[in-house]
Amino acid sequence: MTRDDGKLQRTRRRFLAETAALAGAAGIALPLAVEQTSATPESMRAAIKNIVGEAPLNKGKVKLDVPALIENGNAVPLTVSCESPMTQDDHVKAIHVFTEKNPQPNVIGARLGPRAGRASFSTRIRLADTQKIVAVAQMSDGSFWTDEVEVVVTLAACLEGS
Amino acid sequence: MTRPAAVLFVIAVLGAAAAAADIPLAERKSGYEFMARETRAMQDDDSANPATLWVLDAETLWQRKEGSAGKSCADCHGDARTNMRGVAARYPAFNEARGRPIDLEQRVNICRTEQQRATPLAFESKELLALTAYVGQQSRGMPIDIANDAHIRPFLEAGRVMFTERQGQLNLSCAQCHDDNWGQKLAGAAIPQGHPTGYPLYRLEWQTLGSLQRRLRNCLFGMRAVSYPYGASELVDLELYLMWRARGMPVETPAVRP
Amino acid sequence: MARALINAPAKAKRGEVIEIKTLISHIMETGFRPDSTGKPVPRDIITEFICKYNGEEIFRAELFPAIAANPFLTFFTVADETGTLNFEWIGDNGFTATESVNITVE
Ligand code: HEC
Ligand code: HEC
Repeated sequence: MTRDDGKLQRTRRRFLAETAALAGAAGIALPLAVEQTSATPESMRAAIKNIVGEAPLNKGKVKLDVPALIENGNAVPLTVSCESPMTQDDHVKAIHVFTEKNPQPNVIGARLGPRAGRASFSTRIRLADTQKIVAVAQMSDGSFWTDEVEVVVTLAACLEGS
Repeated sequence: MTRPAAVLFVIAVLGAAAAAADIPLAERKSGYEFMARETRAMQDDDSANPATLWVLDAETLWQRKEGSAGKSCADCHGDARTNMRGVAARYPAFNEARGRPIDLEQRVNICRTEQQRATPLAFESKELLALTAYVGQQSRGMPIDIANDAHIRPFLEAGRVMFTERQGQLNLSCAQCHDDNWGQKLAGAAIPQGHPTGYPLYRLEWQTLGSLQRRLRNCLFGMRAVSYPYGASELVDLELYLMWRARGMPVETPAVRP
Repeated sequence: MARALINAPAKAKRGEVIEIKTLISHIMETGFRPDSTGKPVPRDIITEFICKYNGEEIFRAELFPAIAANPFLTFFTVADETGTLNFEWIGDNGFTATESVNITVE
């Protein structure tokens, strides 16, 4: 068979139409997607304000690492790290992570101190949709630092049925 | 999400190459190779792979006396690390008493009922997944080695038909995706070659460990075809064909997949 | 009790920053997922994780439903004395789990 074989082309066209239907039918099951309870950018802002209060939120010092393209939103690897000497006088006290479009904006809030040696942690999180993730770090001097990333979530093809 | 996903898929498959027959042996690739770096890292490090939690459970189950015979797996099989080495690479295997191939889950359950005289473990139960993952792990890195003899051949053939013939309301075949269009994107996800090298495995979509049959039933459901109940001979034949199709490829159990 | 897995070096040099990896089996049911009748399945998650080094807290995390099933957490500490690392997970419906590992510091 060659690439330009007419019969094959027809078969391919039919295959496309059918599989488009399959993808359409299949692309529905997202475990966190319950519309009315989704966090909005506003509720994320509120959750951040809850931590930060009236203090200014500075860009920098903290770095959020998430793969740019996510294979499955059920377990997205995430690492947050901060530039800090982690000494008694100058260390990271807490790191919080938030999302924009999950049902609830809070993801994790970690408390650490000079004994950590390195201001960094990793976990795996759920992302219901393509969205923004924000990390906020609180330093021992009371300042807050932030980083944010935009992530794209793709969908699984073979799904759970009956 | 539904619409854009469908559109993406059409665009993706439009670029597909011409239909192929069987994938040449040297060009076969495990699903591992289609995964993102981060998902691979999860499989590469046992302490990051959630499937390890099941394997640890199985180390306990292996020693536990069960059923009216009051025997543990270890009582008859000794140390799994030596005595179960290479076993999973041979399954599904022909079972004389049943006159047909059985998969590893069925093999474990035969020992449960006939040797331990206990009730069979349910398909996809924590215990059965744990034990098969544990037995499977002992073959990690070993080449899949399915016997292709006169006993097995008719069942292998039945499995091949299941794989290559169109079925279901969408009139699709497994081969259309996994032989002809592997490497293309389906709703953003790469279509792998569909090799069974890592089962049972931790699938992010499931958020748990699952068997090859669970995966096959998912694919059949997606095709709007009959998904067959767990343990159905049709599914075992399909498992057999997939394992034969992956002959020589290394066992990855327990793997991780998106 | 839930199965947990800790990966930390058994030996370290004094002052060395070591990585600790933790994994625990838990479904992390979000409380947002509808069941077959459309009602949300009640939330069942781990809400708190604490790590102590010879009795002193070195890392703590508050977890929310957005943490993936079978929570995985890795973090760092300075290996400053021989002793024990204790791990504790607390969650909904009275869930608790503990684990510990020893470390020798030279
Ligand atoms: C009372 C002894 C006994 C107990 C207990 C027992 N088995 Fe077996 N098992 C056997 C025998 C005998 C065979 C080989 C049967 C055959 O070749 O037909 C076998 C075969 C197997 C095989 C296939 C080996 C191969 O080379 O194909 C697996 C896997 C297995 N057992 C797993 C288990 C597990 C898991 C348990 C515990 C849940 C268990 N067995 C408990 C006696 C036992
Ligand atoms: C429309 C295309 C399509 C069809 C038809 C299809 N699959 Fe798949 N299959 C996929 C995609 C895409 C994936 C991987 C992505 C995912 O996680 O869903 C996959 C994954 C698999 C896997 C997992 C491989 C691994 O690395 O663990 C197996 C096994 C498999 N399919 C077998 C089959 C069988 C058998 C059939 C027929 C009964 C079938 N598929 C039909 C698209 C398809």
